[in-house]
Amino acid sequence: MAMTRHTGRYQRRLLVNRFNLAMALVAMAFGMMFLLWILATLFLRGFEAFAPAMFTRMTPPPGSDGGLLNAIFGSFLMVFVATLISTPIGILAGIYLAEYGKDGWIANVTRFINDILLSAPSIVIGLFVYTVYVAKVQHYSGWAGSCALALLAIPVVVRTTENMLRLVPNSLREAAIALGAPMWKVILMVTLKAVRAGVITGILLAVARISGETAPLLFTALNNQFWSVDMNAPMANLPVVIFQFAMSPFKEWQQLAWAGALLITLAVLLLNILARTVFRQGVAK
Amino acid sequence: MNFEAVATRPAHESVVVESTPPTMSIRKLDFFYGKFHALKDINLDIAERRVTAFIGPSGCGKSTLLRTMNRMYSLYPGQRAEGEILFNGRNVLEPGIDLNLLRARVGMVFQKPTPFPMSIYDNIAFGVRLYENLSAREMDERVEWALSKAAMWDESKDKLKQSGMALSGGQQQRLCIARAVSVKPEVLLLDEPTSALDPISTAKIEELISELKKDYTITIVTHNMQQAARVSDYTAYMYLGELIEFAATDEIFLKPQRKETEDYITGRFG
Repeated sequence: MAMTRHTGRYQRRLLVNRFNLAMALVAMAFGMMFLLWILATLFLRGFEAFAPAMFTRMTPPPGSDGGLLNAIFGSFLMVFVATLISTPIGILAGIYLAEYGKDGWIANVTRFINDILLSAPSIVIGLFVYTVYVAKVQHYSGWAGSCALALLAIPVVVRTTENMLRLVPNSLREAAIALGAPMWKVILMVTLKAVRAGVITGILLAVARISGETAPLLFTALNNQFWSVDMNAPMANLPVVIFQFAMSPFKEWQQLAWAGALLITLAVLLLNILARTVFRQGVAK
Repeated sequence: MNFEAVATRPAHESVVVESTPPTMSIRKLDFFYGKFHALKDINLDIAERRVTAFIGPSGCGKSTLLRTMNRMYSLYPGQRAEGEILFNGRNVLEPGIDLNLLRARVGMVFQKPTPFPMSIYDNIAFGVRLYENLSAREMDERVEWALSKAAMWDESKDKLKQSGMALSGGQQQRLCIARAVSVKPEVLLLDEPTSALDPISTAKIEELISELKKDYTITIVTHNMQQAARVSDYTAYMYLGELIEFAATDEIFLKPQRKETEDYITGRFG
């Protein structure tokens, strides 16, 4: 019978399938375990140190109590300014690549450089801003920090904007052009509008990425123990505070570092969830 | 089947018998996708306020021909046309022509419905705002007029603020026709406008075409021969980039002059 002729091979295929599935599951469990381990440690230690004073007091000198207010505000301000700088540049560059440059050599070179920038170690970006800006003006500053963060965010925004625009079917573009609409109106009012949710998602993910960066701020904004809103002066920020406090021998500082780490993680988690919801709503519509 | 053997060509220029001059005259048109010669020496007239249909098997160049009339091909480097398409006394293939103005006068509806990601109202208003400065009230009237022209008004008047993307396929296509009509073009190019639609929506759009030809010159590409027979006044049969036969629709379907045309419309080929 035809069935029996294939039974042996079929059984073997089933076995191979089960084996591969099991290996894939093991690999996934291995990866997940570390993620859960990190999160569990962070949540346990972080919640222990979580206190309302965190949001009301400044970073303390060694050996005394304090909070993270100046660092939270500094981080927020620098990330905000970096987003303001990187969003228009990133979106405009993404539009150029997807709508104008297409497969021309300028676009291809830009795309290649953008990819390098996308995967450049953030410490290199920090050193770069240090050399061309901080070393020239002879002092660390919030502006320099924002610039370094913006340089990290731009390639993310460029990439997502271009990818999203490329998903727009050409027929939609042609339909708008067929009405006699000039190219810039087609892009602003039709294609960009069609992928608005995707572009916003890209910006949120870029914000999530830069809000945890330490290395670029270490060389640019440095840190500030006191409350400061002066972007032209060194500025406190969560990642550098965590870096400094966690490495210190002082119990209070270590506690604050854990709390700060948890705070950043929660913020990034929130941004990611927000990005997903925005994207899903955009797709559903 | 050897088309090269047939050396004589029907006298295209005498085919269209109308009291008014043709809206568009295509003369010695050649079209290239890079090196590929997609249209070969096309000559035909598009009669005013009539429906002209292009039929032929896939790849025969009928959509390409349509896309030369509003210079849609100019978006893509590597595509070029040679020859003449006379429209309002000018050759639209000339380099100096203002493409946006040309496209505002030669509207196009595509195979797949392409509503813009905005409300039904704004889908119409988008095109109108490009060239006209209307008051809010005039715009309301224009939107109603355009939607009525596309037999869409009754079913959409209560949801003008809803997204155009939420409509059914047939409604989306009629919205696209309304959008094309709203800017009051002279010519409407319909590129297989019903091939993505169900039979009922198709019937509605065919009715619409018959209605619209009172005011507009219409050209339609279709791979549905019955559709060409139903809606058009003139039919052009194309094959491998050549215009094989062009005549009044009745003649093409009842007594085609060329054997190739007869083979195609009787289903022996294609």
